[in-house]
Amino acid sequence: MTQSAHDETLLSARGLNLRFGNVIALDNVDAELWPGEVLAIVGESGSGKTTLLNVLSGRMAPQSGVVWYRDAQGHLADVHAMSAPALRALHRSDWGFVHQNPRDNLRMGVTAGGNVGERLMAQGSRHYGNIRQEAIDWLAQVEIDASRVDHLPRTFSGGMLQRLQIARTLVTHPRLVFMDEPTGGLDVSVQARLLDLIRTLVRRLGIACVLVTHDLAVARLLAQRVMVMQAGRVVEAGLTDQVLDDPQHPYTQLLVSSVLSA
Amino acid sequence: MIMLQTENLSKNFLLHLQGGVRIDVLRGVDFDVRAGECVALAGPSGAGKTTLLRSLYGNYRAGGGAIRVRHEGAMVDIVTVSPRVVVEVRERTLGYVSQFLRVVPRVSALEIVADAARGMSHDAARRRAADMLNRLHIPTRLHGLPPATFSGGEQQRINLARGFIGSHPILLLDEPTASLDNANRDIVIAMILEAKAQGIAVVGIFHDTHVRDSVADRVFHVLPLQDAA
Repeated sequence: MTQSAHDETLLSARGLNLRFGNVIALDNVDAELWPGEVLAIVGESGSGKTTLLNVLSGRMAPQSGVVWYRDAQGHLADVHAMSAPALRALHRSDWGFVHQNPRDNLRMGVTAGGNVGERLMAQGSRHYGNIRQEAIDWLAQVEIDASRVDHLPRTFSGGMLQRLQIARTLVTHPRLVFMDEPTGGLDVSVQARLLDLIRTLVRRLGIACVLVTHDLAVARLLAQRVMVMQAGRVVEAGLTDQVLDDPQHPYTQLLVSSVLSA
Repeated sequence: MIMLQTENLSKNFLLHLQGGVRIDVLRGVDFDVRAGECVALAGPSGAGKTTLLRSLYGNYRAGGGAIRVRHEGAMVDIVTVSPRVVVEVRERTLGYVSQFLRVVPRVSALEIVADAARGMSHDAARRRAADMLNRLHIPTRLHGLPPATFSGGEQQRINLARGFIGSHPILLLDEPTASLDNANRDIVIAMILEAKAQGIAVVGIFHDTHVRDSVADRVFHVLPLQDAA
């Protein structure tokens, strides 16, 4: 069998369960991610997809189940057994998290350049000139003009804020990025630009990505594999185009047939 | 050398939202194609030609049976392997030209084609993509534009360039000449013949009998199930 190169998972989760009172957010969920792969989690609001993202990234603890992360040296770590400082270090170095609302990640009182440079400084960079230059380079990559480097994020539009968040997240070259509805709340023309940017950067840098979206077109554009969630359970998973073009589960058939095609 | 082979392949659609109606499309399909050979799928409209082609690509999930693809020297059954392996088989072995181009916002025609090239630098891929687009009579001034606003025939030619640039050992073609004029149709015929000469195995649906007669070595008949029974 030719499962070449990347035989080992980057992230794997087994038997995740989580209830909020009598609401089941995660019902015995398994998930796996391989290096360089984009996995989309789709489903309607309240299906548990953002909860799953939070549990996979260690931001929220499951009531049972385990999440393993394999670092660049090949060591396996149980994400929920790590110390808080170790998990924070992981989020600063190997991982990135792109929030639906960029204000949850950006520091609004710090300049655009500072927001990007801060992640580098957290990793140990100290040379001011280099940090500033790298920040400007990254602003260019996300199509923000270098003249805006010293401006505060509150002078930016929604689409620019989201692009700034992406620059801030990717500047440290993470191996794994979690994205929660990265195009949610943006108007359509801005979405297209952002999607193109994410697609290009993720592929060029070979970043693995877990992407939560309710937009099936976003999943089709960005992800090789997709998981469909309903009421905390994964009802269907597989190749993105197969799941969307030949859905098997009643809920997936409903989801696919409910989309208006423009 | 057999490049792709199905055994007892079946496919049905279970429509949960339409009261659980089950539509049987394919049953007991045994089919193969060899290196350098072109097999045309033929049959009346609705018989399941496109369903078969999509199943071969893994775009539709087979209901039963096997679809074995020669991938890097070994036969891989894409019905049973993990989705990751199907992704790899599509990258390196199995190319597919759909009837319609799926447009990616903001991405130019040239990049859409260059993107699908394999085993060459980005610059080389762009040059090769430009050559292919020129050959298919897409004017240079359009290469840099996203094809969302292009005509149906132009989009189909971009789709063809994208499908052929990868030189995958197996190529699946769904109506590659449906909206082309005669001049472009003849170029596509030439491209298919060149692919065969390189040893590429081709499976296609060609409604145009001139195209079919020009490229196909064999015809595989797909019959509607009620007629076949």
